Amino acid sequence: MDFAASFALVLPELVLTGTGLALLLVAAWGGDKAARQIAIAAAAALFVAGILIVPGLHFGTDGPATLAFGGLLKVDSYALFAKALIYLSAIAALMIAPPFFASPSAGTERGMRAEYPVLVLFAAVGMSLMVSANDFMSLYLGLELNSLSAYVLAAILRRDTRSGEAGLKYFVLGALASGILLYGMSLLYGFTGGTAFAAVRAGLTGEMGTGALFGVIFVLSGLAFKISAVPFHMWTPDVYEGAPTPVTAFFATAPKVAAVALTARVVFEVFGGQVTAWQQIVMFMALASIIFGALGAIGQENLKRLLAYSSINNIGFILLGLAVANADGASAMLVYLFIYVAMSIGCFVALLMLRDEEGNLYETFTDIRGLSVTQPAIAWALLIFMFSLAGIPPLLGFYAKFVVFQATIEAGLVAFGAIAIAASVIGAFYYIKFVKVMFFDEPVGVVTGKSEASHWTLLGLTALIISPLGYLLTPSLADLADKAAASLFLAV
Amino acid sequence: MEGLPILSIMMLVPLTSALACLFSGANAARWIALGATLVTFVFGIVLWANYDIGGAQWQFTEEANLFAGFSYKLGIDGIALMLIMLSVFLMPICILASWDSVTKRVGEYMAAFLFMEVLMIGTFAAQDLFLFYVFFEAGLIPMYLIIGVWGGDNRIYASYKFFLYTLLGSVLMLIAMFWMVAEAGTSDIPTLMEYGFPAGAQTWLWLAFFASFAVKVPMWPLHTWLPDAHVQAPTAGSVILAGVLLKLGGYGFIRFSLPMFPEASAQFAWLVFVLSMVAVVYTSLVALVQADMKKLIAYSSVAHMAIVTVGLFAFNVQGLEGAMIVMLSHGLVSGALFLCVGVIYDRLHTREIARYGGLAINMPYYALFFLLFTMASIGLPGTSGFVGEFLSLAGIYQTSSLVALICTTGIILGAAYMLYLYRRVAFGGQTNADAAAMPDISAREWIMMAPIAAAVLWMGVYPESFLAPMRKDIATLDARLAAAAPASDARLAPGTPRAEAANALGHHGEGNKGTGHEGMEHEGGSTDSAKEGAH
Repeated sequence: MDFAASFALVLPELVLTGTGLALLLVAAWGGDKAARQIAIAAAAALFVAGILIVPGLHFGTDGPATLAFGGLLKVDSYALFAKALIYLSAIAALMIAPPFFASPSAGTERGMRAEYPVLVLFAAVGMSLMVSANDFMSLYLGLELNSLSAYVLAAILRRDTRSGEAGLKYFVLGALASGILLYGMSLLYGFTGGTAFAAVRAGLTGEMGTGALFGVIFVLSGLAFKISAVPFHMWTPDVYEGAPTPVTAFFATAPKVAAVALTARVVFEVFGGQVTAWQQIVMFMALASIIFGALGAIGQENLKRLLAYSSINNIGFILLGLAVANADGASAMLVYLFIYVAMSIGCFVALLMLRDEEGNLYETFTDIRGLSVTQPAIAWALLIFMFSLAGIPPLLGFYAKFVVFQATIEAGLVAFGAIAIAASVIGAFYYIKFVKVMFFDEPVGVVTGKSEASHWTLLGLTALIISPLGYLLTPSLADLADKAAASLFLAV
Repeated sequence: MEGLPILSIMMLVPLTSALACLFSGANAARWIALGATLVTFVFGIVLWANYDIGGAQWQFTEEANLFAGFSYKLGIDGIALMLIMLSVFLMPICILASWDSVTKRVGEYMAAFLFMEVLMIGTFAAQDLFLFYVFFEAGLIPMYLIIGVWGGDNRIYASYKFFLYTLLGSVLMLIAMFWMVAEAGTSDIPTLMEYGFPAGAQTWLWLAFFASFAVKVPMWPLHTWLPDAHVQAPTAGSVILAGVLLKLGGYGFIRFSLPMFPEASAQFAWLVFVLSMVAVVYTSLVALVQADMKKLIAYSSVAHMAIVTVGLFAFNVQGLEGAMIVMLSHGLVSGALFLCVGVIYDRLHTREIARYGGLAINMPYYALFFLLFTMASIGLPGTSGFVGEFLSLAGIYQTSSLVALICTTGIILGAAYMLYLYRRVAFGGQTNADAAAMPDISAREWIMMAPIAAAVLWMGVYPESFLAPMRKDIATLDARLAAAAPASDARLAPGTPRAEAANALGHHGEGNKGTGHEGMEHEGGSTDSAKEGAH
């Protein structure tokens, strides 16, 4: 293998790593005063990395030419699609952070810490590795690089007990999940004699032994932890509520994309020959996530906690596409991921804009009563996101559910799809509660503060994507997702 | 007219005005909304004037491949034309009805109504299955807001119930749509209307569509969202709900359930009949004891829509035509009745029947309009209600005389509750001083009521104008249904032709004997020929 070609394939990661290391030095000497400049530089690096993947994404790339470092990484269209989403989410997480850390609610005298952008960059590198992993070793490296950055990010408000609690919980449970995953990988290695995806796949043909089956189940359980699918979801509400809101926004988007993309790659490329072994597990997780995500959200008063349950619910729909186990399903899953990322960023930006004149942040239902009178723009944007999350046409969230359910029905899983779609009505209940509180209740008038231009930009942009105009994007989105899914199934 | 995308323009006008309303002050929003709805109505008239009766089945077709997964494809037949006309006709009246009574957040209110209009036109004009679903389902958003923001005291409960009820019904239909498209390989509605789905699958598909349309119509026992939504919605909201949104269910049956699943429709006709019979009798009796005017009219809507469903599932031309005319008529009449309630509600701020009385004395013009619409609701000959109900019941009589018998009691019960309502509101002594002091209808209210009154009489006296555009489409549908039509209990026997004319002077005895017999057979024959005549 030509090393130059390999380095060319991982150029975006090199850019991010290089910038990350350089910014780490700047942070060490410049201190928190330079935090804003570091954030801008980090966002620029992510943007450059994003530009670098555009040609491959646009023209589609797959086959042996995408293998780097002797097959450790595979930089195909599928990986590029996920990377694009990851970089965009990371940029958003950097854009929304400075005003948050400057607010009195954050409890930091010096504003944003200089480590924040650097950690986001390293997490992005880790996620890049995750989605292009073609070997259990590179998979684990990427996963841990991302997770370790994420643990620190969750606890970055050191004086805030909630943040500390979130970080600790995330760390303990995340380490447990990594352990489960690692154990599953070691089982698979033991029964198939390889760590490369192709080798494990070759070893899993024919009748599968109990040991190998345990390996499959442990790997899936570990991954389910990372995507917070039921029954491995319990850390999500606590971590989402406790972590600083920009970090929560980051957790809800980029790592979700990476973990889902990774899961899909593992089940198709490694366990692709044993569909019956994992399909029912994924189907169960999908249905359970949809139902528990919806039921759990109903009693919530804290909006971040509610969005945590909402993300569990959405993961259920994404897994629906995975459970279909064909290229259509994978493509639907990618389309859903894109729309989910846009909706999540929008929701969290809107949450960050719920502030009073001193800049204190509000995050419960009580505070947003009558928001449509006091802050009509934020309220209307949230209305769009909520109806979209509920899957009501003509908003783009409907298109996400549309492609997923279409793939499900076309694959013949009619009863499965019918149960899932009926359960989605439960979710609609709390999404419309959001609208009810903002539009029907009498205003309380605590949310009076002005927001920064970066927030307005992101809010406007995501609202525009989610609005009916977003349907004009669907042909190119579907095209990209189809290409990505096709490259995923090349190995099968 | 060639090449002008008139349907898109009809949707674009209210859409852009809705956005303008969102950003304008109260008074400007009112005028923008009124202007936009009137312009759309004028386009509607142009549409009707240019509709080629007896021409191509689908006219004014437009197509653009804007989206992945489904296409933007519009086109109308006579049935859709009539329902679009109903929508665009009622819309300016709704805006006028809310002119003074809505004072808070006027811009958003008008925008919600204009969005509603876009979605209604889109639903009736969509020629792609999924495009239809998008428009059909999107109506939930503005309606949820209209009920929730501008509704009565119990509006939150009503808005939740409306939203979740109709959503649950619709999502199952979406699953069925996916299956159909996977099976037929196209989401084009005209193609699907001629596609033969396997009979076994039709059963499930029909049930899934039924879940959605039965909630929309609404059919007993899925009607409970309707009284809540009607009572809590502002006047114009009730008008749109009763006038157009309930028609979506009936339209769904005539556009999807019947032509796409004829066998299953025949198989489940009994279900529709039973539910409709219960609805007619039960909801009429419930209407009889209501103390709230809006609730009374809401229950009467359920009863009237039951006449629509029996007419649709009669599997003959009279039934289908009758159902369509009842839908149009009910759209006008119940809309007008809600306006009548709104007029006095605006003055006294109560819907309680007992708080009024003797209005004929101080509001004579109001009493006159109210009487006309009451009579139309009962189905007095000369009004639109009569034409529709008569055709519908005549249609169902050919299929099942028992169903016709029970559904006809609805007319009697309808007369009971409507006349009882009218007596308590308009006649009798002026028991309440504040009600007696109410002024008669204003010029604005005249402008709202008079066009509906004219349309009701027009449809009652010369229904041909409304039937003509639909005739060919209904005949096509009837031909499609003919093979699957369930056995009729009328047992029509063709008569043997007479050797000589009935009044010919024959020999004593023999001729007289035969006349009685043949006379009866001739009855059967004449029903057949009446059927032919209606074609």
